Amino acid sequence: MDKYEASLDTLFHALADPTRRAVVQRLVKGPAPVKELATPYDMALPSFMKHLNVLEQAGLIASEKQGRVRTCSFNPDKLETAEKWFDEQRALWASRFDNLDNLLTSLQGGNDET
Amino acid sequence: MKPDLRFNFIADMQKGTLTVRREFAATRQLVWDCYTKSELLDQWYAPKPLTTKTQSFDFREGGHWHFAMIDPNGTHYWSRTDYDTINPIDGYTGYDSFTDETGVANPDLPRSHLAMTFTDQGDHTLTETVVSYNSAEDLQTVIDMGMEAGLTSTLERLDELLLKFSR
Repeated sequence: MDKYEASLDTLFHALADPTRRAVVQRLVKGPAPVKELATPYDMALPSFMKHLNVLEQAGLIASEKQGRVRTCSFNPDKLETAEKWFDEQRALWASRFDNLDNLLTSLQGGNDET
Repeated sequence: MKPDLRFNFIADMQKGTLTVRREFAATRQLVWDCYTKSELLDQWYAPKPLTTKTQSFDFREGGHWHFAMIDPNGTHYWSRTDYDTINPIDGYTGYDSFTDETGVANPDLPRSHLAMTFTDQGDHTLTETVVSYNSAEDLQTVIDMGMEAGLTSTLERLDELLLKFSR
C-alpha cells in the first residue's frame, strides 16, 4: 500500500476534522460560495478558511475567485489522476526491475529463472 | 520461480518525490554495471513492452546518457540523464529530463533530480532510487501531462520480451 501512503495521509488528515468532512459532503452535491459554506459554523471566517485550505491542499476541493466571491467545488479528479499515475509509475519500475532480474541471471550464467 | 525480492515504492505527493527500493540477487558490482554501462542498460531499462536505445553515453560527472524508450509501434520517447556526482560503486546523482531526439530538453516539462544508492544486503544488493521534483507543482505538471499514459497499459502481452531476456 506504499503507493497510497502519501496521498492517504493527506486525505486522512484532511478528513479527520468534522467541519472539513461536512464541507466535503456539502460540496459533493455541487459548488458553493465560501460565505454559504461558512454559514452553518460558529467560527471566525479566517479559521474556516484554514479548513478550506487544508482540503484544497489535499486536492479534495478546488476554489475559484470571481470578483469578491470565492466559490469552492469538490475535486475528485486530481486525487484519482495522481493515484493512477503512481500506479503506472509503480508498474513501470516493477517491470523494469523484472527485466534487470532476468539480465542479472543471464549475466551470472544462471538458467534456473523463469 | 522468481525469488521473492523486496520491492518498495513510496510516493510523496506533497514533497514531489518517488522513492523506489529493490533488492537484486547479484553482487553490488554487477548491479552497478547494469546501471552504468549502456550496452547493459539497453537490455533492461525500458519497461515492457518498450525497448531501450542509447543515442549517446558518457558515464562521468558532467556527462550524460541520451536514450529512447521505443514502444511496439516504433514511437521513440527520448530522455536524458545528466550525471552530477558519481561514487563507484555506492551511488550516483543526476537529473532526468524529457528531450527530443537531438537531446534538447523539453522546456514545458520539469526535470527531476535522481539519486541512486547501492548497498550490500548479504550476498544481494539493495538499490534505492529517489526521484524528486522541485515542488509538488512540478510533479503535478508531469502527472497532468500524462507522460506515462498508455506506457504500461499493454504490459500483459509482453511475454516475448521476457523470453528474449531469459533466452
